[in-house]
Amino acid sequence: MTNNTTAPAIELKGISKAFGPVQANKDISIRVMPGTIHGIIGENGAGKSTLMSILYGFYKADKGEIFIGGQKTEIPDSQAAIAAGIGMVFQHFKLVENFTVLENIILGAEDGRLLKPSLAKARKSLLELAAEYELNVDPDALIEEIGVGMQQRVEILKALYRQADILILDEPTGVLTPSEADQLFRILGRLREEGKTIILITHKLREIMEATDTVSVMRRGEMTATVKTADTSPEELAELMVGRKVLLQVDKTPPTLGDVVLDVQNLRVVDEQGVERLKSISLNVRAGEILGIAGVAGNGQSELLEVLGGYADGTGSVTLNGEAIDLTGKYSDGKTRRARGIAHVPEDRQREGLIMDYSAWENTAFGYHDDPAYQSGIFINNTAIRQDTEEKMARFDVRPPNPRLSAKNFSGGNQQKIVLAREIERNPDLLLIGQPTRGVDIGAIEFIHQQIVALRDQGKAILLVSVELEEILSLSDRVAVMFDGHIMGERAVGETDEKELGLMMAGVET
Amino acid sequence: MDFFTLIQILDATVRLAIPLLLACLAGLFSERAGIFDIGLEGKMLAAAFFSAAIASMTGSVWIGLLAGIAASLFLSGVHGLASITFRGNQLISGVAINFLAAGMTVLIAQSWFSQGGRTPSLSGAERFNPINFPGALTTTNEVKAASPLMQVYSELLSGHSLLVYVALLTVPMTWWLLYRTRFGLRLRAVGENPAAVDTAGVSVVGLRYAAVAICGILCGIAGAYLSTALQAGFVKDMSAGRGFIALAALIFAKWRPWHALYATFLFGLFQALELRPDVIEAVIGMKVQGQFLGTLPYIMTVVILAGFVGKAIPPRAGGEPYVKER
Repeated sequence: MTNNTTAPAIELKGISKAFGPVQANKDISIRVMPGTIHGIIGENGAGKSTLMSILYGFYKADKGEIFIGGQKTEIPDSQAAIAAGIGMVFQHFKLVENFTVLENIILGAEDGRLLKPSLAKARKSLLELAAEYELNVDPDALIEEIGVGMQQRVEILKALYRQADILILDEPTGVLTPSEADQLFRILGRLREEGKTIILITHKLREIMEATDTVSVMRRGEMTATVKTADTSPEELAELMVGRKVLLQVDKTPPTLGDVVLDVQNLRVVDEQGVERLKSISLNVRAGEILGIAGVAGNGQSELLEVLGGYADGTGSVTLNGEAIDLTGKYSDGKTRRARGIAHVPEDRQREGLIMDYSAWENTAFGYHDDPAYQSGIFINNTAIRQDTEEKMARFDVRPPNPRLSAKNFSGGNQQKIVLAREIERNPDLLLIGQPTRGVDIGAIEFIHQQIVALRDQGKAILLVSVELEEILSLSDRVAVMFDGHIMGERAVGETDEKELGLMMAGVET
Repeated sequence: MDFFTLIQILDATVRLAIPLLLACLAGLFSERAGIFDIGLEGKMLAAAFFSAAIASMTGSVWIGLLAGIAASLFLSGVHGLASITFRGNQLISGVAINFLAAGMTVLIAQSWFSQGGRTPSLSGAERFNPINFPGALTTTNEVKAASPLMQVYSELLSGHSLLVYVALLTVPMTWWLLYRTRFGLRLRAVGENPAAVDTAGVSVVGLRYAAVAICGILCGIAGAYLSTALQAGFVKDMSAGRGFIALAALIFAKWRPWHALYATFLFGLFQALELRPDVIEAVIGMKVQGQFLGTLPYIMTVVILAGFVGKAIPPRAGGEPYVKER
């Protein structure tokens, strides 16, 4: 390596950071060479953003050292990061919507107390930067009136105006259309030519392969590998990202298949930014079957659950037991879906599955609060709900078995059991379940898996979404792999292996 | 209605609009920085009491003014502590300040002066007295007999207390500070998107405290004006809802300084007319209940909020404590 003689632009040594009991970063060390694009890839929650927030002074690391250009540097706040020449482009832009481009660029980096000279100077350097890096923007446009691609350029310009030599981009293409993304990568290439160092955080393998020189892989708070991009392949990276976790094997008998319960044809979802998140999905789930949806996070699985669960609109056709389900309009909501027999355990239980400040019994009533058993005249019968919750908690071994406790006071596994008990005990025809064991301890994982299999054995249809490939393989009867908003392919569990699925998850046709 | 009556009403408008204007600008600083403040009323009331009480005790209105500002700043500090440092609910904190001020002023007044919750009447150097411009006529009869231009000069322009002129100067100063300085840019940004300010390496907390402090100073002046210039002494609940009318004016002005001047003068005119039912009857030929005029500011604010007269968009981060996230 020729770079051995120069000091790394950034070197992190032994960085650790915990949030309560969750270890977000574990002893992470990384060297980023100047004038390169260094990718950091990992699934959602792998700790990438935490690491970069430490580098940008948002969090303080519990342990570890930061070296910038060979110098040991303390970064207690963003100001220190800016002074050290680090610029950050956040996933959610930090722009003032009703300010002009120019005002956003000088904010916090003004020269002197009066605005006029600062604005004049910024206008001049903005034009220079725009010419140098092919980053054209209208300095007088209001942020709220320009597109997201343009807003991102403003963020990059903001960093360059502050003389950043190191640019960190957090999931920069999440909000961009493919052509805007291509444009971004051209700009990044240009910045590299000018000697800037770029850290690109993403969970998209394609971007890593196309844009980076070096790539580091993170999984569950640890840096699992750093390799030259030229020496690796999407398959290897996918495997490093997803990992091979030793998971408890689930005992289950071969499925007894019944009729098709859920039938989805040409389902499309377009998000608020106009990006197509689901591209004509077709799939079906039969009674007594678990269909696992595998894929790297962010490839449309969440949108699939949302639209089937009734809290996002879509187009196409979805039938349950042969009867059509409204995908838009008044009857496209969670309550109607539940009444039709679709139970939903959402991916993010703390945001979508529970209200954390409400008690377990209140949470148990949600979505089913119109149940006649919960009523007493025009009032809600709290005693009945509490009693029912107590029984459910006992059957699902929720600890502590106290229905009056707030949801936030239960551990992750017990929270998930509360949600599961609410949904499964209603005897649904179809269970949608996302990331059933994310953040759940080993003991609870086993229990939750048993419950899912037991429901299948009662002849129910189950759609399981998980980013844990092991979980998909051990639970499902059939696996569909999602990539970039469509289904790459379906396999029966006995006829495939992790390698093949990993390739499909990386978008490689097999 | 003759010309002199018109001038008299406008003169009353100025006097009544000034506390509204000061409170409105106070609210403008706070809300532009993202801190909603319904405690303007309480701060004004506390300042009114302390400036009158201290002026009465020391015989100096200037010391009284400082005491009023200090009292208002103290309550601002409480609001800041609750809503910035401890990220509490800004409305609840504001309501608490209003109740605290309403109760404490009367309680302390009774304990210090034993005059049924009032301060003694102020006179001479204990008050901000009218400033007469050179050549201005001072008696009503003289003014009435003078030329219209002289009437405007003597009655409308001259003869107000110092604080009136100070308040009027505050408007261009606020505009300049907000739109022409670094502080103003950052202040507006922190009310729109504090994360942008934070990632730019500027302290969100520092900016918000600065805004809340300016709010306290302006409310302090407004309160002092009530008890030492508009009236001669403190009486129970003398702010009489002005803090809320000022908030209505702030919405009416869509959080802009010059428009705050127009809005508060319009609302001041309503208050002036409320005092002169005879004039209204003479002009429109029917009796209008004074209470109706009193409610007009609120009715107009509702109309504005309902979007009939353009849209009033409050600062986007208003009311929400800033919690740092990655």
